[in-house]
Amino acid sequence: MPRFLLTRIMSGLMVLLLVCLFTYLVFFALSPDPAVQICGKSCTPELIDQIRGNLGLDQPFWTQFFLFVVGIFAGRTYGDGAGAVDCAAPCLGYSFQSSQAVWDMIVQRLPVSATVAVGAAVLWLLAGLAGGLLSAVKEGSFLDRFTTGLTLTSMSIPNYVLALVLQYVLVVQLQWLPFPQAVAFADDPVQWFLNFVMPWMVLAIGYAAAYTRLTRANVLDVLRENYVRTAAAKGLPQSLVWRRHALRPALTPIVTIFGMDFAGLLGGALITETVFGINGVGKMAADSIARNDQPVIMGVTLLAGFLVVVGNLVVDVVYTAIDPRVRVNA
Amino acid sequence: MMLLEVRDLTVTFPTPRGPLDAVRSLDLDLEPGGALGIVGESGSGKSMTSLAIMGLQPRAARRTGSVRLQGRELVGMSEADLRRVRGDRVAMVFQDPLSSLNPYYTVGLQIEEAYCAHRPGVTRREARKVAIAALERVRIRDAARRVNHYPHQFSGGMRQRVMIAMALSTEPELLIADEPTTALDVTVQAQILDLLQEIRRETGTGLVLITHDLAVVSEITDHIVVMKDGVCVERGAVEQIFTRPRHPYTQALLDAVPRIDDEIGELRAVAPGLAVAPDNGGPV
Repeated sequence: MPRFLLTRIMSGLMVLLLVCLFTYLVFFALSPDPAVQICGKSCTPELIDQIRGNLGLDQPFWTQFFLFVVGIFAGRTYGDGAGAVDCAAPCLGYSFQSSQAVWDMIVQRLPVSATVAVGAAVLWLLAGLAGGLLSAVKEGSFLDRFTTGLTLTSMSIPNYVLALVLQYVLVVQLQWLPFPQAVAFADDPVQWFLNFVMPWMVLAIGYAAAYTRLTRANVLDVLRENYVRTAAAKGLPQSLVWRRHALRPALTPIVTIFGMDFAGLLGGALITETVFGINGVGKMAADSIARNDQPVIMGVTLLAGFLVVVGNLVVDVVYTAIDPRVRVNA
Repeated sequence: MMLLEVRDLTVTFPTPRGPLDAVRSLDLDLEPGGALGIVGESGSGKSMTSLAIMGLQPRAARRTGSVRLQGRELVGMSEADLRRVRGDRVAMVFQDPLSSLNPYYTVGLQIEEAYCAHRPGVTRREARKVAIAALERVRIRDAARRVNHYPHQFSGGMRQRVMIAMALSTEPELLIADEPTTALDVTVQAQILDLLQEIRRETGTGLVLITHDLAVVSEITDHIVVMKDGVCVERGAVEQIFTRPRHPYTQALLDAVPRIDDEIGELRAVAPGLAVAPDNGGPV
């Protein structure tokens, strides 16, 4: 078990290093000169050179990349002499736009994205599992066909359309929900909660549809397994056959998908956050792409990669707990 | 009283081309402690017969006729009553022990739940003892430790022993074994058959053995029913079937048994009309 974990962590680190390399390549080596961008209108060639020097852009690619990676783990110093800027340990550089440290920007916005992700995950797990189970139990019934149709429809509506329609219907027409306002949870919990209801729903609907279909298919597959027949032949009560022998094998694969989906969402729901004006990691990414704010884009990309790697690791560990075959073969 | 008395058992599936009988008008009789072999090729309806006896036929299928276990009619019995019969009075051993055991649970738990389902109020400790004893009875060494292992930690033959142990934990009057040795290699097959024989002698459990392998039935059972296309084409004592088969299909099956001095042949085709001829013996 520890060895299994160690190899997984090592391979995860390798993946992250590769993600670093490629994002660095794409955003620094291949894009327009950041120094010119930062310099702005009143710019002289000397100033550009100075900025280049401060950011280390005059160094060879590999040196730049090395300094970037070292900066993440140990921090780094931009420039020298009196104008030197010290960037502490998880150093992802500074935003070209606001000159804020990218790390601080992420730390500020991550809780917002996490709130969006957790709420949506709760909704889509409940709806997806319940819908899938019902559909499987009543296979071929009207309910089953209705659910299938509904999932297909909701999967084919793009998030932004759904977001706008929901906003129009729930806020403008029916006035069931108030206009979103920026409030802290501590100040006005009700308003805070209502702010998040729509983003949660918009995100959850798409995922819930996918999870419904997945759950239904898994349960129906497992019900055809020989060991379910064995359980029935032993004279176990129907409820126990379902609970013990069908559900656990059927729901195990969902852990994998959920780990990936949730980790992906933690790294920011780009479209949903932008449409609803939620100040999370996703909106920050969208804004920085529009302004070509490379350090921020890189920071968000790395964060997303990191979350997916960690999510996978968690899934692997959880698997050893729920599937005995994995436990022994590891 | 007969242990098992099946009369006119018919299992019908609706198909787009009209109803199809997987089993048609089948009669079976088994005395307490007796052993009956049901022989036939794939699709002859023998597995469906075993499932239908326990009321485990697929939901789409319709079961008619009569199945009496120690005089109690099982056809038309409520699901709750049937549940009490399944696993307790009649237990089953299936063909593929790997897929028939749940990979997520220890063999101990799977034996215990079979026992507990029919002995309400039994403690976990008692159930555990029963599970270990059951594993010992099927000659699994170090049973007290093995009881905590998962199915994938057993070899094929050992897994089938686990299945048999599970079936026997409730001391059923009737054991239905559906191709119990087909997924196993030949030496292990012999061991499992020996085990079934021993257990039958020790416990007096009645046995219905379903197989496509005539060599297997000849070793264990006293009577044989030969099935083709859902119908019984011949029935009789083992010696009679082997020495004086009356139906051409039985003869064809016998001819298909590989012999060491024989060239390998295929199962001879039998004229279709012959297959549906009414069986010629009375109930055995």
